[in-house]
Amino acid sequence: MAQYSTGYIFSFAAGVCLVCSVVVSGAAVALKDRQEENKLLDKRSKVLTVAGLMREGESLSKDEITKRFEENIEPKVVNLESGQYVSEIDAADYDQRKAANDPKLSKEAPDNQAKVRRIPHNALVYHVMKDGAVSKLILPVEGKGLWSTMYGFIAVEPDTTSISGLTFYEHGETPGLGGEVDNPSWKGLWKGRKIYQVEGEEWVPSIEVIKGQAGPASEDPYRVDGLSGATLTSRGVTHLMDFWFGEHGFKPYLTNFRTGSLDAGAAEGSK
Amino acid sequence: MAKAKEVLLDPLVNNNPIAVQVLGVCSALAVTTKLETAVVMSIALTAVVALSNVSVSLIRERIPPSIRIIVQLTIIASLVIVTDQVLKAFVFEVSKQLSVFVGLIITNCIVMGRAEAFAMQNPPKEAFIDGIGNGLGYSLILIGVGFFRELFGSGKVFGAEILPLTSAGGWYTPNGLMVLSPAAFFLIGIAIWIMRSMRPELVEEN
Repeated sequence: MAQYSTGYIFSFAAGVCLVCSVVVSGAAVALKDRQEENKLLDKRSKVLTVAGLMREGESLSKDEITKRFEENIEPKVVNLESGQYVSEIDAADYDQRKAANDPKLSKEAPDNQAKVRRIPHNALVYHVMKDGAVSKLILPVEGKGLWSTMYGFIAVEPDTTSISGLTFYEHGETPGLGGEVDNPSWKGLWKGRKIYQVEGEEWVPSIEVIKGQAGPASEDPYRVDGLSGATLTSRGVTHLMDFWFGEHGFKPYLTNFRTGSLDAGAAEGSK
Repeated sequence: MAKAKEVLLDPLVNNNPIAVQVLGVCSALAVTTKLETAVVMSIALTAVVALSNVSVSLIRERIPPSIRIIVQLTIIASLVIVTDQVLKAFVFEVSKQLSVFVGLIITNCIVMGRAEAFAMQNPPKEAFIDGIGNGLGYSLILIGVGFFRELFGSGKVFGAEILPLTSAGGWYTPNGLMVLSPAAFFLIGIAIWIMRSMRPELVEEN
């Protein structure tokens, strides 16, 4: 076998790397639009599922998803601090996750157990409309599990404390253990449970994922079964509920919603 | 032509990468709870093995031996990333279920094994056929295991109901073991047993 000079070896390695990187980035750029579209549809179908407008695992055509979404769901931009609707931003174009990374559109989060680093000034929530009235609110949540940040939606009744559904649409937890956060039967356990415990005038987020089994929702409304073999993921879910339904999350908005002190003009304007 | 046929068919039974060489078992456990994921994974792996074999074979006389493994790995890794991107663009749902396992094709011993053992010594055309053959050998086992696991584990084939479940008012109580990873071990074990009983020459001497 021929002897290879060091120079040849280096230039060969460089050449291989160059060709490979061109191939990889070429594919990434060429397929980006399609992937983005898939992601949007996926997100919309998650919103529909958590709203109860689409069955778990049901596969619908692109047009059907778009149609159901546009007929029943109203996206709203909410200012987290004031808890009022923001009419200047078009909800269809607002990307909360992008905003959370933009220093102009977000602020640093105080120390929190959900390990949320930045909070966007405005959040994108969804109203599920039924006969002209809001029948459910769908709120985006995120927080650290064991390995990854888990992104999900919580659907609450208009009383702002009863959970009607939850889903995690993106996470990187261990399949079979923490990955069970997207198991339909576990998600089903959340239905009917309550988020807030009322202590005097104060509404305190109290829902907790415990170790072991919780009672039925009617008797044990503030606790949910833990995921077996996934203590840290379960704890992460508790923390993210605690954070997003607390002062820095949706609490101001939910309080306004409950007490009817939402700025009606802004609400109309954003329709 | 006779050789091409042999190169293609040999890995299906006589030299099956999973059942005879016992390679690539990890992914065979993970993605076979449903036929759909098993089929997509099979196609993805077959594409990667065939293309990596061709690419390695094309440059086989120029690769300096001292860095050949890392060169093969770079090529395989790039192909796997491209495959992953294609799956995300065209079969988004399935790609979400396959999650990390597409990425883990990089570490699938079949791909690397074929690049090192076959593509380094043979011209591109044969290397391509060898890749397809090994991919099909892998697919054969994967799809077989996926078929039984989905049928007995969830009473379905390709998501269509075959055995009506008791939970939905039918008569079949699903076998919970089938949807867990150990079931794949048992099924692969049974496949190996059947293959070796039918062809005693596959049994190693020692």
